[in-house]
Order: sequence, then C-alpha cells, then structure tokens
Amino acid sequence: MARFDSSHIKKSERIEKLKDALYEKLPQIEADRAVLLTQSYMETEGEPIITRRAKAFKHILENIPITIRDNELIVGSATKQPRSCQVFPEFSFDWLEAEFDTVETRSADPFYISDETKKTLHEVYKYWKGKTTSELAYSYMAPEARLAIDHNIFTPGNYFYNGVGHVTVDYAKVLAVGYKGIIEEVRAARAGLNFGDGDYVTRSAFLDAVEMSCEAAITYSKRYAVLALEMADKERDIERKRELLNIANNCVGALENGSKTFWEACQSFWFVQMLLQTESSGHSISPGRFDQYMYPYYKADIDAGNITREFAQELMDCIWVKLNDLNKVRDAASAEGFAGYSLFQNLIAGGQDIHGEDATNDLSFMCIEATLHVLLPQPSFSVRVWNKTPHEFLVRAAELTRTGVGLPAYYNDEVIIPSLLSRGLTMEDARDYNIIGCVEPQKSCKTWGWHDAAFFNMCRPLELVFSDGVDNGVQVGVKTGDVTKMKTFDEFYDAYKAQMNYGISLLVNADNAIDVAHAERCPLPYLSSMVYDCIGTGKTPEQGGAVYNFTGPQGFGIANMADSLYAIKKLVYEEKKITMQELKDALAANFGKSSLDEEQIKAVTEQTAIELAKQGVKVTAYDVQKIYEQVKQTASVSPMKKKRYEEIHEMLEAVDKFGNDIPEVDAFARDVAYTYTRPLETFKNPRGGIFHAGLYPVSANVPLGAQTGATPDGRYAATPVADGVSPSAGRDTNGPTSSANSVAKLDHSIASNGTLFNMKFHPSALEGRSGIESFVALIRAYFDQKGSHMQFNVVSRETLRDAQAHPEKYKSLVVRVAGYSALFTTLSKSLQDDIINRTEQGGF
Amino acid sequence: MDINALYSTKGRIFDVQKFSVHDGPGIRTIIFLKGCLLRCRWCCNPESQKYEVQTMIRNGKQETIGYEATVGELMEIALKDMPYYRRSGGGVTLSGGECLCQPDFTEALLHACKENGLNTAIETTAATDYSVIQRILPYLDVCLMDIKHTNSSKHLEFTNQPNERILENAKRLANDCKELIIRVPTIPTFNDTEQEIYDIAKFTKSLGTVKEMHLLPYHRLGYDKYIGLGREYLMGDVPSPSKEKMEQLKKAAESAGMTVLIGG
Repeated sequence: MARFDSSHIKKSERIEKLKDALYEKLPQIEADRAVLLTQSYMETEGEPIITRRAKAFKHILENIPITIRDNELIVGSATKQPRSCQVFPEFSFDWLEAEFDTVETRSADPFYISDETKKTLHEVYKYWKGKTTSELAYSYMAPEARLAIDHNIFTPGNYFYNGVGHVTVDYAKVLAVGYKGIIEEVRAARAGLNFGDGDYVTRSAFLDAVEMSCEAAITYSKRYAVLALEMADKERDIERKRELLNIANNCVGALENGSKTFWEACQSFWFVQMLLQTESSGHSISPGRFDQYMYPYYKADIDAGNITREFAQELMDCIWVKLNDLNKVRDAASAEGFAGYSLFQNLIAGGQDIHGEDATNDLSFMCIEATLHVLLPQPSFSVRVWNKTPHEFLVRAAELTRTGVGLPAYYNDEVIIPSLLSRGLTMEDARDYNIIGCVEPQKSCKTWGWHDAAFFNMCRPLELVFSDGVDNGVQVGVKTGDVTKMKTFDEFYDAYKAQMNYGISLLVNADNAIDVAHAERCPLPYLSSMVYDCIGTGKTPEQGGAVYNFTGPQGFGIANMADSLYAIKKLVYEEKKITMQELKDALAANFGKSSLDEEQIKAVTEQTAIELAKQGVKVTAYDVQKIYEQVKQTASVSPMKKKRYEEIHEMLEAVDKFGNDIPEVDAFARDVAYTYTRPLETFKNPRGGIFHAGLYPVSANVPLGAQTGATPDGRYAATPVADGVSPSAGRDTNGPTSSANSVAKLDHSIASNGTLFNMKFHPSALEGRSGIESFVALIRAYFDQKGSHMQFNVVSRETLRDAQAHPEKYKSLVVRVAGYSALFTTLSKSLQDDIINRTEQGGF
Repeated sequence: MDINALYSTKGRIFDVQKFSVHDGPGIRTIIFLKGCLLRCRWCCNPESQKYEVQTMIRNGKQETIGYEATVGELMEIALKDMPYYRRSGGGVTLSGGECLCQPDFTEALLHACKENGLNTAIETTAATDYSVIQRILPYLDVCLMDIKHTNSSKHLEFTNQPNERILENAKRLANDCKELIIRVPTIPTFNDTEQEIYDIAKFTKSLGTVKEMHLLPYHRLGYDKYIGLGREYLMGDVPSPSKEKMEQLKKAAESAGMTVLIGG
C-alpha cells in the first residue's frame, strides 16, 4: 500500500458558489463591533483593564449580528456582508475618520462605507479620544524616535495603529477539551491563589477575565446553533435542511465540551480563528500545523466509516474559502505596505514532529488539494521541507506552484530548527515550529513573537551618511562628519554602521513604547486562554505571559545596500573613478534623470502632493515646499553636469551586483546584512525577550522605496527597493541557480524572524513532469545550501501586463506579493509594476 | 594525465549557461565551445560556427564572441551549481559549436568533470574521425547526437557536409557509448515531411540501443545574431512548425518503433 492516499479529489460545486458570493461586491466597513465595544467601555469606567476587556468581548459576542451564508457548511461570520470588516477603535481611529471619504476610492484595498456607518463611527470615536493604544504609545516614545518615524527611517505602523496578532494558539486543546476544559484549568489556578499573595489582585482579575471570555465564546457558538435551527425550520430544500441541522449540532456543544467528529473539529477550529480576530484587530492569526492537530479527528472518522474522504475535503475547502471571508481595513499607507486585503493567516503542512520524524500525512496532501480547489489568497499556505520530506509531497506542492497562485511558500526545517534552538527554544518546540504571517517561524501556543514589529529601511541611513545625519534640514541621524573627507572605505562603512546603530536604537525605543501601550491598554483575555503559560503566570501575552517572547522588526533593502556599498568601495576608493563629491551630487540630482522648466516643476510638485494626499498622507505647506525644492534640484541640472551624472550612473550600473554568484560581492552582502541583524539582537523588549531580525518587506519595499532617494547601486529615487533577501529586480542575470546561490550565502540563521526569497518563473520552466522535477531539485538544492525560505510567481510577464490593461478578464489571478499571495487586480499600479519587473527565470 | 596539466588545458568557448534543463538529465551547466565543421542554414548559434574570435552587434552594442578559458576556470564555474546537479542528477553538457573540433580541450573538460563526480553530456554532430570520439568515451555519460537527414546530398546542401561518416559514427556510438540519444532538428523545407522523419527514426531504431529520440522544432531565435554578424539569414521567413505539425511528425517517428519527445 502506498504511504499516502494522495489521489486527487473532485471539487464540490459548492466551493465555486461560495467563492462567487464572497467576491460579488466591494468589501465594506461595518460598525457593530465598535458600537458594542464602546457601550461596554462606557459602563466599565474605573474597573481593571483586563476586566473591561473581558466584559467588552462578552458584550460584543452576545449582541453582534450573526449570519449563516448560503451554502455554508462551516459557519461564523464577523460581519453581515461577506469579506467585510469590523473596526477596532481601541487601537487607533483618527486615520479612518480622516479617510472616510477616500477609503472607497484609494488604490490599495478600497472599502465601501455607508454614510450611516460614517455617522455612527463618528459618534463612537468621540469616546476614544486619548484612550487608544496608539496615543499612549506615542506619548511613551522618545522625541528622537518620533522624528525618525516622521523621516521614514523606519515605520512601526502595524502595531502602532492595530492589534498585535501574529500568533498561533492552542487549537488542539480547544478541540480536545473545549472551553469547558480550559475553564476548569482556570478555576484550578484560581483555587491555588492565596488572598495574601502579592500578585493576588492582578492574577484573580486576570483569571476571572479569561473565564468570562471562554464563556462568551461558548455563548456565541450556541447563538449559531439556534440560528441554524431556525433556518432549518424554514428551509424547504431537504438537503440544505439536513445540512443546517448538522451545523446546529456542531455549534451546540463542541466548542464547549470538545470535538468528537472531523466536522465538529472544523467548526470549532473556525470559531477560534474568527473570534481571535474579533477580540483584536491583529492580523497573521495563523492556523499553523492544521494537518497535525486535525489529523486525529479525520483518521477516527475515516476509520470508523463516518465520513468519506470527499466530504472531508469539501469541509476543508469550505474553511479555505471562509479564511477569505475575514478582512481588515488599514490606513492608506499601511494598506500599501500590506496590499491585497491580506490577513496573512499562515497554514503549514508537512515537516517533522517533535521527535524528529517526518510528519507528512494524508491531510497534508489534502491541504494542497484544498488550495488547488479554492485558489484564493488565504490561507497563506506553506509547506515545511526537510531531508526526509516525501518526494511525492514536494511534487504535489510544485504542481500547485505551477498554477501561478504563488502558493505554497517553502520553508527549510534544516535552517529554521537550529535557528530557533539558538534563540532558546527546546528541541521539541523547535521541531514543532510553524510559520506566522509571511515568513516568521515560532513555536505555536507558547510564543508572543511580535513578528511584525517594524520595517527598517536600510537605505535611509546611507542617505544620512551623505548628509551628516541631516534630512530635509533636520538632524535626524547622528553626526558622522563630512562624507567628502572620509579617507578610506572603512571610515565610510563605519559612518554607515554608526547611522544604522542609532536608527536601530530608535526603532527599539518606538517598539518598546508600543509594546507597553498594548500591555496597559489592550491586554487580551480570550487569547490568553490558548497561549501557554498565561493561566499559570496570571498574565496576558502582552504582559509577558507566554513562554517565548520576541520582537521581530524587518530590515529591507539589503541588496541595494550591498550593491551600493560595494560600488562605493570599488569606484570611489579603489579605482578612484568617481570622487565622493561627484557621487554625492549625482545622487542628489537623481543621476540627472529629469530636466524640467519652472512650469513643469510646479506641475510635478502639485501632482506629487495630490498623489500623496490620495494615499492618505497629510501634506502640509512645508511638505509642498520640500517637494518643490527636490523637484527643482533634480530639474536644474546643467547639460554638462547631466552628462557626467549619466556617466556615473553607467559606471555604477556596471559594477558587479549581488545575485550573480560572485563570491566577493556575496560575501560583502552577507556582511552588510549583519549591520542590521547583529546590533538588533543586543536589545531587549519589556516582556524580557530579545529583538531579532527578519529580512523581508511584505510589500513595503514599494511605498517605502517611494520615500527613498537615489542610491549608489544606480537605483533611481522613489523607485522600489529590493524585496526581502532577493537580489534587486533585474540585477540577477545569471539564471535561477546563481541567484539562489548568492542569496544562500547570506546568514539566514541570525535572521530568526524569517527571510524571504522571491523567484519568478515563466510557466514554461515548469512544463511537464521533467519541469516539475527540476523545480523540486532547485528547491532542495537551495535548501541544501541553508536557504531558509523560497516562494514563486509562475506567470508570464505578458499575462501580468495584460491583466493590468484588462483587469476585468483577470479577476481571479492570484500572484505572490511577498510572504503572501493576493489578487493581482486588487494591487496598486506601482506594486503591480514591481511584481512585473522582478527578474523572470526560465529554463534554458 | 597529470592533474595540473588537465586543469590548465585551454580551449575556446563563447558562453556558459546555467540552469539548463533540456540538454541531458537534470539541471545542467552548458559550456558552448567555439567552432563547428557544419554550416547548418537554420543554426541558431551562428556565432559558434567559426573558430576565430568575432565581433557581433547585440542590442546595439559590439560584443566580442569567443574567449580562451582553462578547464580549471570552467570547473570553478560549473561546480558552483553542484547542489543542483546532486539533487537532480544533472551535470555538465558541452555544446557548441562542435566540442569534437577541440578534442584535447573536450577530453580534459570531461575528464575533470568525472574527477568531480559530475554527470557529463555532449551535444554533437559527430562529424569527425571516430578516433576522436574514442578518446572522450571513457568520460562521457550521455551523447546527444544530431541526425539531420538520411539523404546525404540533401544533408550536404543544407549543412555543407555529407552524412556518411556521421551515420557510420552513430552505429559505432550506439555500441560504445553509455547512453546515446538521437536528436533531430525539425526544419521546414529540409526534413519536415513524415517520410523524412520516419526514415531517421527507422535508422535510429536500427541502431538497437537508442531509447529516446528528440524532435527539436525549428525556431527563429537566431535571426538577430545573423544580422548582428552582418550575415544573411538563409531561412528567410520560414515559420516555426505548429504544435499539430510536430505531433504529426512525432507519430511518424513512433511508427518506426521509437520513443519520441518533442523538445529535449
């Protein structure tokens, strides 16, 4: 008998119907949660924050409208309308109020909002002035850190304005013992408290809040049982009536008492998944190792003959669709950075178990099958790869990649497990890792990883070296002296490192301010019930209740910095073909790229300002003046200077670039990455954990690139910077093996918050079985060389261009953006361009 | 041969291409040697034909085609992709041009590959003395050999060489080589009738040991290079064969009892 039942399963007709209903119209913003939350908060003024959070959660779950959509087998919707979102004023709100009138028409992730909702939210928001986590965080931040944020050295936007999320909870426990079991655990912990304990008051309040939250979840599932019964009563279609009765049955007891069947387990899984995203707006609530914790229920039902493989697949497919029913509205700038309505719910299959044996099972294959059936951006589907990963599993995964959906992402156990061990995880916990959000590894149920703490733009400190730390007239960085007087490359490189170190320390300051703000204003009691060891320590994850605590801010632009510093070393210091003064001027003039008259300068200035405003950026008169001066400086280049700048640009372009398997350049890139990863890990967060770097940009390389001047690698101002650890777009010209070899030479282990390597293939490269075999070999070989992550876009440039021109024909075209996939046509034009311009690899 | 002499053997090449997946098993690096005896009208690498170093205009810029490289230098490049060969059963393929026109270099390159545990292949016209082929056989795993036509005068007309010696070499290679694959560039106006392909397949079948035959459809990707070299493109505007046409020809070859792949 074959080791796995990996045969394809026919897709149920239900799935297309569910999908169609989901994408019928623009998602919308709903106010119910915000209203209920605010009502509760008004009634609980003066009580402990943890109690207020629990009471608010309860009030919401008892009263928020519930709905069962047509054809659903798995129920539970956070919003009345499909794919819509609630709002979370406790984290921040003024951006949404400011964007009420643009949110429907903006280029990245538009949402419909009715006038009535606007009015309701406007009233609600009056209460929240001065009470949000973001306001508290801002007041905690050092003025220098705020300045650095204003000048785009880094952006801590995600947790600054939203909940934290980025966690995988103990689904297995909820499935096994239900919330009743967890409540028993809470009561036992409470019984162990003594009135005289120093922390009695906080612990008891915390445990009561956890219990109340679990009760609220049980109540919520029972509301669905009642609704399903009512609907069944009215239903004429016998088949649907039977389904609704089954749904009622699944909702009535499983979440409370534990699941007995696979269908119950699927339903309870979903309640946990969506309720976590009702308690907080944090995204990247990642299902993790679904194939592992769901398998016992599947196996039991199959063995007992209670369920067919086909129906089990249909249920999984329903969950896959449902994961796309959740949504989140972000501020315009963040929406650019996380474009594609993504919630980054990462679900991973395969890999090894806690004993180091291969854990691939039939459900692992069915996870691939579900992704193939549903072909939507969520879940962010990943596979774990190690030396003993079954070949047929990788082949099946590669066939999914070939569809062009950008899924799965591939992760290397052989790098990630040792990397986590080096961060203090036990061997068993490290082997059991899953991926959060884009590419961030963690041990589920035990980690508060703050994986998406910030984006740090490694190009900006280089700009500060050229300006002695001044940006637009303000001293933002440290004073490193006159760049033209730096005698040696080492002197220059040290200046860069000094700017980096300073920027990193400010990033840490900003992150820690936000961290404390979440602990003080938004501790999450419901989440605490499923993260170890919150109940034991009497603390929420935000307060340090988890076993493993990290803060993981992302650095990006490594390829640009490696290429830039290498070019400076070669051309300025070794070959002396360019003077530092010339380079400085050429960069300031954007290599003489444009040459405009006064009227055109004004027009460009105006256009830029409008464009920025459209994206939700506040543009002051001062900003307009700055833009004007910048444009003017670029435009007012004399023809002679322009020629020299173009010469300089050509020389810079001709220097060897990262991504071509050139040992000297790659070794250099490795060192440049350390300028970010090494200083970072010396810092601590308020929960007692360390900072550790990720090297990936989500999609922020495009909007943040737009705020970055020209760089000495020949990159023009305002164009995207390189994504993740990938070579700069179009710079890797020696084929995929050379590109991968270069990337593998970076130190992926030290970037234990994840690295991201994008590759784009033309579909012809994966044709036939031999194409698939070569592709699998490519992944294996990159991983042999200790690469950590790989993901692929398999769609031709022509197709993407056509999709840009005729979006109506490509509504379902899913592409890989960064650590996630998104519908191509929902992305902004500039991000679309960035994806099109990534180097396309073919087979020769 | 002394190991230092082996690695310092020099030859003339014009390109090295990584991640080749169509010229031999697995993921391969192809080294293109300069110089060829044949002058096939459809040749998509016209810059490979002359042994002399040439200049060619590409994308508006003058490029020098052809340079000297030692076996050691080339091994250093090829070994960078070792992990890919290991995982895919790939290795190094010598193409051209015609590698057998530089026998010392070819022998040394293949020998060095085997020293490093690489799978080896050559793409060849086999238009040479068999004694040359014998020298490299100990270091060769896969021989991808072209048979373009069974009719010698037509062969002469389109390639500038008759085919008797080629067919004779094929017979001997079929016996002596570890694995022989016959490849047929399928060229409209030259050999794209069912009868012509059938004849080649029948000959291939008669060799006894050949497991696979590849039909390589004519393409026009070499056109710009002819212009860049200041040469006339003798194929004019003959279009590439359609998918259906290739399927027809595949059937014709299969009717002679061969296993046939379209493309490599």
